[in-house]
Amino acid sequence: MPICACDDEGQLLQQCRRGSREAFEPVVKRYTKDAYRIALGLVGSRDDAMELSQEAFYRAFVNIRHLKPHAKFFPWFYQILRNLCFSHLRKRRLRRTSGLPQFDGEELTAAGGDWFDPHMVVERTENKDRVWQSIARLSPKHREVIILRHFRDMSYEQMAEALFCNKGTVMSRLYHARKMLKEILENSKGGHAYDL
Amino acid sequence: MTCDDYRELMMGCLDDELTADQRKTLESHLAGCARCRAEFDDFRKLKAITDDVTLLEPEDKLWEQYWGSLYNRLERGLGWIVFGVSAILLLIYGGFKMIEEIIKDPALGLGLKIGLLALIVGLAILLVSLVRERLYFRSRDRYKDVRR
Ligand SMILES: [Zn+2]
Repeated sequence: MPICACDDEGQLLQQCRRGSREAFEPVVKRYTKDAYRIALGLVGSRDDAMELSQEAFYRAFVNIRHLKPHAKFFPWFYQILRNLCFSHLRKRRLRRTSGLPQFDGEELTAAGGDWFDPHMVVERTENKDRVWQSIARLSPKHREVIILRHFRDMSYEQMAEALFCNKGTVMSRLYHARKMLKEILENSKGGHAYDL
Repeated sequence: MTCDDYRELMMGCLDDELTADQRKTLESHLAGCARCRAEFDDFRKLKAITDDVTLLEPEDKLWEQYWGSLYNRLERGLGWIVFGVSAILLLIYGGFKMIEEIIKDPALGLGLKIGLLALIVGLAILLVSLVRERLYFRSRDRYKDVRR
């Protein structure tokens, strides 16, 4: 995952601060795929991932003066992207359950599951489908660390930067996310979820 | 150290993020604790099947169009700002002209003049308040969760 603050990135961002849209192009191109894939992992639909990642880049450009001169672009941009994705998920859940009394859905957000299209999985098997559907049933914050680690292959250090926390917190979030994923998988197949 | 203290080390080991010392610490605990060994084994299987899942990529065409449509969005955003600012300037100019006309017009009675002026002032207050509210919520909303 190319989350480097490469040497020329600082200069490009400086030009962006002066309003150059052309200077923004290489920055966007460097992170387009990561932004799209992370959004896809968080919200589960290709169209929404396209729309949300583009909106995140748009907001990043409009607010680029708020990014400190020597700060890296990606962790800052990631905050914009995840806020957009999380609020998209909240709105989707509200639309679906409008009128019904709501628990604080963070931990029991089974509602997310139906949005995750199993056709997005390469070389589908029953097992892979089940894993993807189980990831969909995680709470957004648990799903986030699974996506960053497994689908974007980020190191703990990169994750800590993007999530504004330390490595210890990354590890403990991963522990809880994986434990939850294991439970969902086990329940989805009456006990033996992954005797592969 | 209790078993709970090894959870983070388990994750680090799975993801290959441990120092040699940390790895040794974990291994010596796992050697003597059947419960953690079983849990670690489960996590290893879980990681293997999760790593097995890959998501479809969009067609190349979509990547090629990506910057183009983002550029359009940036341009439209700029268009709206220019449009908004000039609309506000025109409204202010028009408002003053109208006030001038009303005051100068000899055909209007004093009562009607005061009424019309009050109407314009009221409208202006409403507009300013609306704009201020929009700006306030926009800035709050945008940085609600953004640290730094
Ligand atoms: Zn133990």
